[in-house]
Amino acid sequence: MPRTAPLVYTPGHHPKSEAWILPRGPALLRRGKLIVVEGIDGSGKSTQIKLLHKWLEAHGHQVVFTEWNSSDLVRQATKRGKKKNLLTPTTFSLLHATDFADRLTYRIIPYLKSGMTVLADRYIYTAFARDIARGVDPRWVRDLYGFAVQPDAIFYFRVPIDVAVGRIVGSRAKIKFYEAGMDLRLSPEPVESFRLFQGRVLDEYDRLAVEYGFQVIDGTKPIDTQQQQVRSKVSRLYSQQAAEA
Amino acid sequence: MTTQKPLPEFFGHGLPYSDVRDLRGTLITIEGTDGVGRSTQIRLLKEWLEVQGYGVIETGWTRSELMSETIGAAKAGHSLNQLTFSLLYATDFADRLEKIILPALRSGFVVLADRYVFTAFARSVVRGADARWIRSVFGFALVPDLTLYLQIDADTLVPRVLRSRGIDYWEAGMDLHFGTDLFESFRRYQWRLIREYNRMSREFGFVTIDARSTPEEIQIRVRRKVQALLDERKVRALTASLETLRPLLFEAEEEEAEEIPERHELPPASAARGPDQP
Repeated sequence: MPRTAPLVYTPGHHPKSEAWILPRGPALLRRGKLIVVEGIDGSGKSTQIKLLHKWLEAHGHQVVFTEWNSSDLVRQATKRGKKKNLLTPTTFSLLHATDFADRLTYRIIPYLKSGMTVLADRYIYTAFARDIARGVDPRWVRDLYGFAVQPDAIFYFRVPIDVAVGRIVGSRAKIKFYEAGMDLRLSPEPVESFRLFQGRVLDEYDRLAVEYGFQVIDGTKPIDTQQQQVRSKVSRLYSQQAAEA
Repeated sequence: MTTQKPLPEFFGHGLPYSDVRDLRGTLITIEGTDGVGRSTQIRLLKEWLEVQGYGVIETGWTRSELMSETIGAAKAGHSLNQLTFSLLYATDFADRLEKIILPALRSGFVVLADRYVFTAFARSVVRGADARWIRSVFGFALVPDLTLYLQIDADTLVPRVLRSRGIDYWEAGMDLHFGTDLFESFRRYQWRLIREYNRMSREFGFVTIDARSTPEEIQIRVRRKVQALLDERKVRALTASLETLRPLLFEAEEEEAEEIPERHELPPASAARGPDQP
């Protein structure tokens, strides 16, 4: 059996993850784009990715959309774990990594190989920010996701914690237990717990933004202004590719 | 002064949010490939330890409350790949570590683990995962006090498994697509697994036990190794408790010593203190 090449565990500098998408030779030029959006709950990222999706399709691109926590493989375990409050920071982290690995294999890599654009609502940075905020070791969680494919662009929608809280409280009937970090017992009151936990997540995102070169978008600006910024960066991505080809 | 067990060792970065300061129990893991006789040995060992008065808790691969159903369904569905295979095991293991193993060790039990991280390492590496990656994934795992490795060769193993319960799809590594011949696939897959265990035996310092002999003979060797570990732990615990008593003993000696100088010369200051503690 042929041995696989040794791997290096910094996302984006992982020879195997690239080998998976880039078979050999001319297929290199056909590799699709992976564009991800990140931000805390209530940052407006899902709205922005939907608008980007529309625009890309209108311009004739083949686009697929994938979101966090959506594969069938561990759905039942995640649901059970959340319902019965069985999860620890480590099992929470590992379940999401398993879910991500499944989605990467079935929903992301084949599409990139075929040259399509993959839009991901949340990517590994969500795991980094949340899991570190829950107390796992920052180096461990980065190693864990060492198999991930590096995105071509990461848009980070940054909003102050009060704006996010206002949007969530205003729009949703109920704040979810784990979204509010209630498992950490920061506060018995859901809105306050949400504020404290997502505040920690926000701090982590700010660190990651520097480390991984996020495109930071001010999420308090009007929706169409934000979308124009996103579209101009994305179109630059495609013109670069065209120039290289 | 050390009255507590020293801080436990982890394979990597550990569990930063978890209190692991006072793990009084003993963690013994039994490793070895499929069908080598681990569960028989664990049953006999548990019985023997309980007769001696030890509290014993047993934990086995994929038996976590959180994951056992999911792993079962995933194996039935054949949708697993190298990554998800490794990660499902890691999740199951983390759940058992935090919910069963650590609480039991805090309460002073002897924990017998039927398979440990090494099984995950072997299976993942045989499936093409990078050895360093899978080791870092399990970086939260506690290093056991003793790993007993039941060693066997593929040629002895194959007929034994055929006679006892037959070959299973996953134990034959059929997902590795060595071919459609179940027997041939089983032999090749087990050969690779055993090679991986043997490599790890050196890397992690397993206590290797020849598993080609009868279950009774194997059990004798298993008990000898476990006895040695438990005796060593007892001696260490005793020494530690003597350390706590030592200052009290010296206080008593000093009181006695104070009476003497009334009639004799003052002793040199150093003599009153006693030897330095190690």
